[in-house]
Amino acid sequence: MKTRQLLTLLVLPTLLWAAPAQAALRVLACEPEWAALALELGGKLVDVSVATSALQDPHQIQAKPSLIAKARNADLVVCTGAELEIGWLPILLQQSGNPRIQAGQPGNFAAADVVRKLDVPSQLDRAQGDVHAAGNPHIQTDPRNIALVAAALSLRLQQVDAAHASDYQKRLAEFNQRWQQAMARWTEQAAPLKGLSVVSQHKAFVYLYDWLGLKEVAVLEPKPGVEPTASHLQAVLASLKATPARMVLYAAYQDPRPADWLNKQAGIATVKLPFTVGGSDAAKDLIGLFDDTLARLLAARGKP
Amino acid sequence: MYRTLTASALFALAAPLSALADTSTDIQALRQELSDLRQDYDARIRTLEQRLLAAQSTAALPTPPPTPPPSPPLAPPSATATATAAPAASGQSGANAFNPAVSLILSGLYTRTSQDPAKYAIKGFLLPTQGEVGPGPRGLSLTESELSLSASIDPWWRGATTIAMHGDNSVSVEEAFVQTTSLGNGLMVKAGRYFSGVGYLNAQHAHAWDFVDNPLAYQALLGTQLADDGVQIKWLAPTDLFIELGAELGRGRSYPGSDSARNGAGMVALTAHAGGDLGISHSWRAGVSLLNAKASELLLQGLASNGATVDSAFTGSTRVAVVDAVWKWAPQGNATRTNFKLQGEYLRSTRTGMLAFDPAGINSLASHRSVSSGWYVQGIYQFMPRWRVGLRTEGLDAHRVNDGANADLFSVSASRPRKNSLMLDFNASEFSRIRLQIAQDRSRPGAADQQLFLQYQMSLGAHGAHGY
Repeated sequence: MKTRQLLTLLVLPTLLWAAPAQAALRVLACEPEWAALALELGGKLVDVSVATSALQDPHQIQAKPSLIAKARNADLVVCTGAELEIGWLPILLQQSGNPRIQAGQPGNFAAADVVRKLDVPSQLDRAQGDVHAAGNPHIQTDPRNIALVAAALSLRLQQVDAAHASDYQKRLAEFNQRWQQAMARWTEQAAPLKGLSVVSQHKAFVYLYDWLGLKEVAVLEPKPGVEPTASHLQAVLASLKATPARMVLYAAYQDPRPADWLNKQAGIATVKLPFTVGGSDAAKDLIGLFDDTLARLLAARGKP
Repeated sequence: MYRTLTASALFALAAPLSALADTSTDIQALRQELSDLRQDYDARIRTLEQRLLAAQSTAALPTPPPTPPPSPPLAPPSATATATAAPAASGQSGANAFNPAVSLILSGLYTRTSQDPAKYAIKGFLLPTQGEVGPGPRGLSLTESELSLSASIDPWWRGATTIAMHGDNSVSVEEAFVQTTSLGNGLMVKAGRYFSGVGYLNAQHAHAWDFVDNPLAYQALLGTQLADDGVQIKWLAPTDLFIELGAELGRGRSYPGSDSARNGAGMVALTAHAGGDLGISHSWRAGVSLLNAKASELLLQGLASNGATVDSAFTGSTRVAVVDAVWKWAPQGNATRTNFKLQGEYLRSTRTGMLAFDPAGINSLASHRSVSSGWYVQGIYQFMPRWRVGLRTEGLDAHRVNDGANADLFSVSASRPRKNSLMLDFNASEFSRIRLQIAQDRSRPGAADQQLFLQYQMSLGAHGAHGY
């Protein structure tokens, strides 16, 4: 009896395995922005699934069974890298039994490897909070980074799925054209934002500031990854008297309360940024993400 | 001794100096070497400057594709830029660059119990004499410091070890295994010493537990944690639903098995787990495991009919079945602020063989067969960032014990051991935890043991990644 049950357990999954052979390249993206980019560059050639949503903190994800199952079947994982996923991606890779996506293999793509990183710590000590040795990993808030990653990701798709290399090249050229036009439009729109002083909840927007010329004068988290404390918020409030800021920015997945508190106390506008694709209704794709980010920043600037 | 050392050191220093002063041809050669070096450095700096310029231009102008991604070892050498980058990289290579990831867990405990922990016993159960059963010593104590090292070995293997340094100044190898990374088709093989994949809690290190101690069922039926020397094969099904099957063959060195001089395997385990998501906010995992372990004169501790603690030696086999389930909830799947975890396990153990009562004394040998079971259910709720509260309720049941001719020698107790624990922990960051736990343990005869624990657990070094 027991052996028969065991056999059923072994045979059933094997049958499921044999069922539909998928033609499309299976891509597992760690964050929604890379899922959106993979879809732009791969179209119908790729079957994209995403490990996290815009409402989840990408630092703190669990290596849950559904993600291990997805990693098992992936031909390519597209992640941010720079240790953003260090708490969960290594477990997914170890438990996946999938050699294609292990570190160093063509099926393992880290977006942060191809951009110039900011906030690279000169000294590594956890007393400084959740610092990332490779630099700030939130690279997707600068569209120039997206363009760099697009070029590298397309090359990788061409390498992993060589049979469709020319299709990927064509799609990259189309994407680049659309992206350049959009970037020109954004640069023009964003001109009034240049030089504005802002406060951030988490050091999640350094690349956005670098692109738009915004000045970060304070951060609500006392140390990266440490929840804002009452005493630190008071200190930020006091510092704003000397160096006033126009707005306080937080990402869709973050707790709005610290920013709301500062809004009440200092009377500066709060801006909830989508942060990634899906972070707001308008941020349906990558272009929508930056359209909406700029619209929200400009709206907040317009407020007295 | 010291003088000869100094003299030889001076000589060693002086020798090259005298050689230098020897001839002018040597000086000529040195000058040549120096100028070669300078040229070499000039060339390197020039290439570095060029690379910097190239990097800056690609960052400013995103249209041309940047330097191709670092080419993986198995990829065709398509990138020319990677080839030119290689000599520059070799300049900074150091012997330490390949050091494994190192992490250390530091942990300490204050224990207060109303009953003497040295006389710990569970009524109706024979417990392993080795292993961490019971609440441990009273007062302040240092608990396990776990030192972990892990790294890739080569493109095909990965290795990891955890060395536990105990408060009593002893050291043990908790885990030390190698693991395949490139078999493919969802297959993974592990060899060495590792925590068995049976159940849910067994594979977790002590610092990942949600309570100070493991449930009674694990303590009594698995000797707190089953870690055997052996080989494990796991296969992950290529389905969207997580299905993982595992088989383990082991030496059988740890309870419920025992070491012996046999050539074959002393422990066999089969595991099957499934898991998935229910919507965006819920996830689950559940499974069944079967384990069979052989024991040869395994020393067990129990209560004799006169109430004294007595040793007995068991020879035979023990079969343990485990059913485990865990369900986790986080609003929108974002566990940062609030989340909830509910887990429960049921273990059932059947022991068949011969038991020698008091082997050092009267050594009365008789047949033994017992069926016992244990269960626990626990819920952990993070009600605000950094703070978690947890409740665990658990029980044990010695269903049928047949000690044959020895029956009169053991104390027979009809009541069922129960225990309830409540814990509160504060996590300043993901690397530190301070925990308060109170428990009422009704597992020994007589009055309940009221327990209080205050514990810290901190991790330093490499960022650990935890399983589900």
